[in-house]
Amino acid sequence: MTDQAYNFAYLDEQTKRMIRRAILKGVAVPGYQVPFASREMPMPYGWGTGGVQVTAACLTPDDTLKVIDQGADDTTNAVSIRKFFQRTAGVAVTEATAEATLIQTRHRIPEAALTTGQILVYQVPIPEPLRFLEPRETETRKMHELEEYGLIHVKLYEDIARHGTIATSYAYPVKVEGRYVMDPSPIPKFDNPKLSNSPALQLFGAGREQRIYALPPFTHVVSLDFDDHPFEPSKAPHDCDLCGAGESYLDEVIIDDLGGRMFVCSDTDFCRTRCEAGHLGALGVPVLKGGA
Amino acid sequence: MGAVDLSIWAKVNADKPLLSVQGLSKNYGNRIGCADVSFDLFPGEVLGIVGESGSGKSTLLSCLAGHLAPDTGRVIFETAQGPRDTVTMAEAERRKMARTDWAFVHQNPRDGLRMGVSAGGNVGERLMAVGARHYGDIRATAVDWLGRVEIAADRIDDRPRAFSGGMQQRLQIARNLVTGPRLVFMDEPTGGLDVSVQARLLDLLRGLVREMGLSAIIVTHDLAVVRLLADRLMVMKGGHVVEQGLTDQVLDDPQHSYTQLLVSSVLQV
Repeated sequence: MTDQAYNFAYLDEQTKRMIRRAILKGVAVPGYQVPFASREMPMPYGWGTGGVQVTAACLTPDDTLKVIDQGADDTTNAVSIRKFFQRTAGVAVTEATAEATLIQTRHRIPEAALTTGQILVYQVPIPEPLRFLEPRETETRKMHELEEYGLIHVKLYEDIARHGTIATSYAYPVKVEGRYVMDPSPIPKFDNPKLSNSPALQLFGAGREQRIYALPPFTHVVSLDFDDHPFEPSKAPHDCDLCGAGESYLDEVIIDDLGGRMFVCSDTDFCRTRCEAGHLGALGVPVLKGGA
Repeated sequence: MGAVDLSIWAKVNADKPLLSVQGLSKNYGNRIGCADVSFDLFPGEVLGIVGESGSGKSTLLSCLAGHLAPDTGRVIFETAQGPRDTVTMAEAERRKMARTDWAFVHQNPRDGLRMGVSAGGNVGERLMAVGARHYGDIRATAVDWLGRVEIAADRIDDRPRAFSGGMQQRLQIARNLVTGPRLVFMDEPTGGLDVSVQARLLDLLRGLVREMGLSAIIVTHDLAVVRLLADRLMVMKGGHVVEQGLTDQVLDDPQHSYTQLLVSSVLQV
C-alpha cells in the first residue's frame, strides 16, 4: 500500500531530478564528491539521510529493495528504512542479496557477489577522507583538485609509528582509477577489495555533509598502503559459529557475563542461506524444514 | 676548508640568477603593500630583507612564495626546465614547486607544522607528497633530519606540542629542508625565541645553508640575524626598497637616512 499523501518514494520529482544530476556527475567522475542540496528527511542525521535520498532518486516501481545495517537485515536502521520505502514507494522488498535490484547498506558490502544491474547505495557520515588531517574545506578541495595526496599517507604513517602496523580497520582510504582519493564510508577494510571491479553500480550519499559520489561498474579501486606495509584485509580469526563459514566478515557477540562469546557472520542473509543449505558451525542448530 | 669554499664559490658564481624579481608591486586597496621591487638572487646566496613593522617585508615574501598574487611584476625562477615566471604559471605547478624546490619557514612554528601529527610524520609529509611510499625509508630519513637539527631520535614519535619553542622551530626547518629545496623563504625564523636559543638556531641555519648550498631569503627586523646569515641586504620602508648592497657594506656604512636610523637604534650591550 502506498501512502497517497506522498509522492512516489517520498521526495518530490524536482528534488529527485536534482539528486539524479548529482549522481550522474558522480558516475562521470568516479570518486569525486559532488555537492548536492540535501533535504531534511523524516529521520535524524546519522541514520542514513544521504543514502535514503540517493535510494529515493534511483527507485522505480519495478525495483526490489534490500536494506542492510552492518550486514544485518533485521536491525533498527535497516527495518525502519525498509518500511519507509514500503510505505512511500510500495516497492517489493527482500532480504536475499541476489533478488534485490537496489541495496541500501550501512557500513558493509554483502558477502554474496553482486551482479550487473544491481545498485549498491552506501550511507556516508564523513565523505572527506582528508578531514581529520586538514580541517579546512577550501584546502581539502584544493588538494583533491591538484591531486596533492601526500597527507593521506601521513595518516597511515602515524598508524604504523604508533601501532607498528596500519591500524585503520574501517573507512580505509582508497584511490579511484589512479585519480581521486575516496573514503569508502566506514565499511571494514575486509570489504575494500570488493569495491574494485564490481559489476554493480556503487553510489555514496552523505546527507549532513551534502555530498554524493560514485563508483561506476568495473572501476579500478586501490587501497592505499606503503611498499613495506602492504594493505591487508582483516577479519576475526574464526569461523562463523552458526554456519561455519571461514571467509565471511564476523561480528563478535557476548552471550553471557562469564566471558562467553561467539562469532557470527555480520551478513545475516549469507549466514541464513548457508544454514538452510545444511552448513553448521560450532554453536549452530540444524535448520528444520519449513522453519523452526 | 679550502675545498668546501671552492664548491660554494662555484655555486655562487653560477652566472644565471636562481630568482629574478622585476618590478613587483602589491597594493591593498589604496595602501601600498610593496612597490616596484626588483632584485636578482644567485644560487647559494642568502638575501636579508630588513625593515620596521609594516614596511612590506612580509607582503614581499608572500608574493615571492606564491601565497599572495602580486598586482604587477614578474618573479622568474630558474627551474630544471629553464626560467619560468611563477606569477603566471598554473597553480598546480606552483604548488608542486612549493613542496619540492622551495621551502617556507614561518615565524610561528604552529603555522608551519601539523600539531596533531608526530615529529616523524611532520618531516615525512613532504617526502610522501613527492611520492615516497616506503615506510622504513621515510622513517630513516626523518631520523637523519631530526639529528641534523639536533632533536634526539627518541623524540620522533612525540607530537610537536610536547616540544619547546626552539625545538618546534628546528622541527619546522627539518620538515622544510627534507626534500632538498634550492630556495628557502624564512619569515622571522628567530622571532619569539630567547637569545641563547636564537644563537643556536642561527648557528644551525648557517651550517645547513652552507652545507646544502641553499639560496635563502630571510625577512627579519633583527639586524644581528642578517649580519650572521645574509650575504646581501635589502632595506625596506613604506613598501619601497630604500637601500641594498652587501650586508657589511650596508650595516657599516649606511647611506639612506632610514638605514642610518635603523643601524643606530640597535642597543650595544
